[in-house]
Amino acid sequence: MKKQYDKKRVVLNLILIAASVALLIYANENMSFYSKRIINLCAVYAIMGLSMNLINGFTGMFSLGSAGFMAIGAYAVAIFTVPVDVRAEVFYLQPMWPLIANIHIGFLPAMILGGFLSAIAAFLIGFPVLRLRGDYLAIATLGFSEIIRIAFTNLQTVTNGPLGIKYIPSFDEIWWPVGVAIVTTVFMFLLIKSTYGRAFKAIREDEIAAEAMGINLFKHKMLSFVISGFMAGMGGALMAGILGTIDPKQFLFTLTYNFLLIIVLGGMGSISGTIISSVIVTAGLEWLRIADEPMIMFGYHIPMFRPGFRMVVFSILLMAIVLFFSKGLMGTKELSWELLGNWYKRQRARFIKKDPSLKGGGSK
Amino acid sequence: MDFPTFFQHLSNGISLGSLYALIAVGYTMVYGILRLINFAHGDIFMMAMYFAFFSITLFHLPWYIAIVVVILITSVLGMLIEAAAYRPLRDAPKTSVLISAIGVSFLLENLATYIFSGKPKSFPEFTYMTSTVQFGPVSVQRVSLLTPVVTLAALAILLYIINRTKLGMAMRAVSKDYETARVMGIKINRVIAATFAIGSGLAAIGAIMWGVKYIRIEPMMGVMPGLKCFIAAVIGGIGNPVGAVLGGFILGMGEVLLVAFISQLTGWRDAFAFVALILVLLIRPTGIMGEKTTEKV
Amino acid sequence: MKKILAVLLCMTLSVGLLAGCGSKAATTGTAAADDVIKIGVFEPLTGGSAAGGELEVEGIKLANQMHPEVLGKKVELIIVDNKSDKAESATAVSRLIDQGVVSIIGSWGSGYSIAAGDVIKKAEITAVGTSCTNMMVTKGNDWYFRVCFIDPFQGKIMANYAFTRLGAKTAAIIQEVSNDYSVGLASYFKDEFIRLTGDANSIVEIANYNTGDSDFSGILTNVKAKNPDVIFAPGNFTESAQVVKQGKKLGITAPFIGGDTWETGEFIDVGGADVEGAVFSTFLFDEQAPLNDKAAKFIEEYKKVYPDKTIAAVTALGYDSYIFTLDAIERAGSTDPVAIQKAMASTAGFEGITGTFDITADGDADKDIAAIKEVKNGEFVFKETITLK
Repeated sequence: MKKQYDKKRVVLNLILIAASVALLIYANENMSFYSKRIINLCAVYAIMGLSMNLINGFTGMFSLGSAGFMAIGAYAVAIFTVPVDVRAEVFYLQPMWPLIANIHIGFLPAMILGGFLSAIAAFLIGFPVLRLRGDYLAIATLGFSEIIRIAFTNLQTVTNGPLGIKYIPSFDEIWWPVGVAIVTTVFMFLLIKSTYGRAFKAIREDEIAAEAMGINLFKHKMLSFVISGFMAGMGGALMAGILGTIDPKQFLFTLTYNFLLIIVLGGMGSISGTIISSVIVTAGLEWLRIADEPMIMFGYHIPMFRPGFRMVVFSILLMAIVLFFSKGLMGTKELSWELLGNWYKRQRARFIKKDPSLKGGGSK
Repeated sequence: MDFPTFFQHLSNGISLGSLYALIAVGYTMVYGILRLINFAHGDIFMMAMYFAFFSITLFHLPWYIAIVVVILITSVLGMLIEAAAYRPLRDAPKTSVLISAIGVSFLLENLATYIFSGKPKSFPEFTYMTSTVQFGPVSVQRVSLLTPVVTLAALAILLYIINRTKLGMAMRAVSKDYETARVMGIKINRVIAATFAIGSGLAAIGAIMWGVKYIRIEPMMGVMPGLKCFIAAVIGGIGNPVGAVLGGFILGMGEVLLVAFISQLTGWRDAFAFVALILVLLIRPTGIMGEKTTEKV
Repeated sequence: MKKILAVLLCMTLSVGLLAGCGSKAATTGTAAADDVIKIGVFEPLTGGSAAGGELEVEGIKLANQMHPEVLGKKVELIIVDNKSDKAESATAVSRLIDQGVVSIIGSWGSGYSIAAGDVIKKAEITAVGTSCTNMMVTKGNDWYFRVCFIDPFQGKIMANYAFTRLGAKTAAIIQEVSNDYSVGLASYFKDEFIRLTGDANSIVEIANYNTGDSDFSGILTNVKAKNPDVIFAPGNFTESAQVVKQGKKLGITAPFIGGDTWETGEFIDVGGADVEGAVFSTFLFDEQAPLNDKAAKFIEEYKKVYPDKTIAAVTALGYDSYIFTLDAIERAGSTDPVAIQKAMASTAGFEGITGTFDITADGDADKDIAAIKEVKNGEFVFKETITLK
């Protein structure tokens, strides 16, 4: 019985994978530049959401430092992948620091470098701040994120300061962001299933009990923090690759709130929830753009629709989720065939209850 | 650096510090009672400035009535926010309340951008208040002389309320032990609402002073002052009004003096507050005047 | 409670959905006719630079009303908001391209134009800059053009003004470090001023501030202590107004001079009496003395719509960028992007309301005249023109 069920699941999974690969290839071939950009942004937001969920959702620490780690990754790509011959043009106010002015590497090594630098920063920051708890940790990580941003604003010869860096070779294809997002997701599933993942969850549920069980609190918190930093660095690197131009102001701490929204909507402690909500939030925000434009409905000019309305709708939705659906879409559950099957059965049962004539026929 | 310049810097620092102090007190009150970083406090401050702007330019209220009206409206806004966004989450995990606070802050900013447009507005100018007084070579705006006085007066009134009135006693009880206070028959919702009203009222006073001095109003202007004033409250020892005032002065003074003595570091000015925050959290997490609290299991 | 809320949420969502369909139907309805040429506009309409964006959109819209047709087809403007944000600018432009615009106009604020430049270059579609004066906008980008002068020129103009007209021997610079425009302009001013005075120490202080700062007393006290003859403070209009205001309150008597961004109503609103006498360089446009018939016609039409408003130079530039685009499409004879690009690049003797110009190899307008304006009695008053070769 059990075995047969597993077989069914494997088949379903294979179908799903094949279908999504086909869909992605189709999207990459046929979609417009703009739509591909949205898909890329979805992928980056998914990575950032996962990174933040690892600390906030799975390990139960409240950190608001994502924007800073993201900036490190983004700048690693920006500094090292801009072709050497256009650097003088980019750094037109002050020349680049001679030590790095001639180092040029490809996107992949730069992205991994970004991840590592970000992880190192997380490690260094983690030493002092991981002793703090709750809202103190939140405000300290937020502070570090801002310090990183301000440092990038002022290190003119390395980051070109507030002018930002342009001419970053950017990609139109969706493979880099989507590929990294998939790898990150698989990695997260494996991590959470491992003993480390169990330890993280134990810390989330009750720190003191977890410590009593012999879990090294600091070591595990640090591990979670560093891995999350690595992922955020990768996310930032991809962001630089998508945008082609970056500057420090993009990494203001309010950027972190976007990722916070994603994990709140998706469910703190759910990987699949994060993925779903990152798509909903990114695509939804784009779709909501209609709210910013003058709107004519049934021949009337509706005065509500003008620039800024989109963000109002967006923030009201956020508040509604926080207040009334505090578990988000998935809570701490994961999307699985069982869950879908059960949901289908429940829905069917509800309909049958309402309309007994459907019974037996099953489908209509 | 010559003496006049030094004194000019000093007076700039006091004037900025007293503004920070005024807003920090509101932060500290809310934190003291709810153990919640009210991220929306800076945005309440921003809204108060818009209220002041409209009550004077649109409704043509004389300034002395406008001040009262603005303080009242802002207090009501504070209570509304508490009732709508924090009260339903009274028994929820702390993280949820914090996220809710961030949500409110986000909503207020976007609402202000939408309703008042993102374009900066200029606060009606009180020429008497903005004109300067000369102390030898040092020139100080009248409003900058007034602000420290207002701050200290507000602090004195606040201390009186906390230490001498029944409401204050109830506040202290709720802040010490929320459950027991409830059991003892204190209507905690009412006490918390009152705290928000007072905190928001202080933000309104701060907003008026800020508006008179700096003129410009825009939807995002509450973000940085809000954050810095929270930091000021932490430096002083969060939950302690005297500490908050002290922290505000230290922060304002520190920022100005950093620019004064190491002018190459002007770009790093905003980082000063964050570095100070982290140092305080690491060396003395309870701040200068905070009490030691122990973690309950 | 939850149920009520769920119902409410559903309602808002479905209203949005309906609205979405409605708007889509509206655009497809007009586009279906296929006799429309779409021109995209991206400008800051919310956020810190909104005031500047609005002024330019005024000019673009008016130009569209006055000249609604090209190649016998109706021109439809698609205006999107870049939210005064660089990342948002790139997205906004790619959205315009997705909607099938044949050319793009924008933006106030060089930073937004630079951020969008990459997308424009890749999509191979032409763009015309309105008042983005930073070098980097058109440099290395064959698809970006502009109708305004550039910062190296503007920096020189102000340095010349300070040196010859004000007789300044020393200057202090107060720059907005997070703004490409301000930092760039400041650096050109510095180079030229040092060249003119022949004294490497003639710039006595360079002070920095960030966009959104409110308190400038620290840096201004430092500047005052150095006692410069003139203070050059280019930057966003509101922050600049506050700088000037707080400077005056601190008793600084040296004149404050700045760049074209100062010419917005908000500069005077925020600065009040303290910005009286502030002088800045801007684009050549004076409603009292129109350069040509086109300009006179524009002024007449503008006054019909906004009877009490003085026309900002950037509004005139908005008009010029639209006419420039139409002119190129006309000469290209089609809406093919490559043909439009060629037509734009080979523009010579284009007669705009802000002056007649050719397009240089970089894609810039070779304007060699700038106007100097001053704030007098709460208004921008035309002072003089400076020509530099």
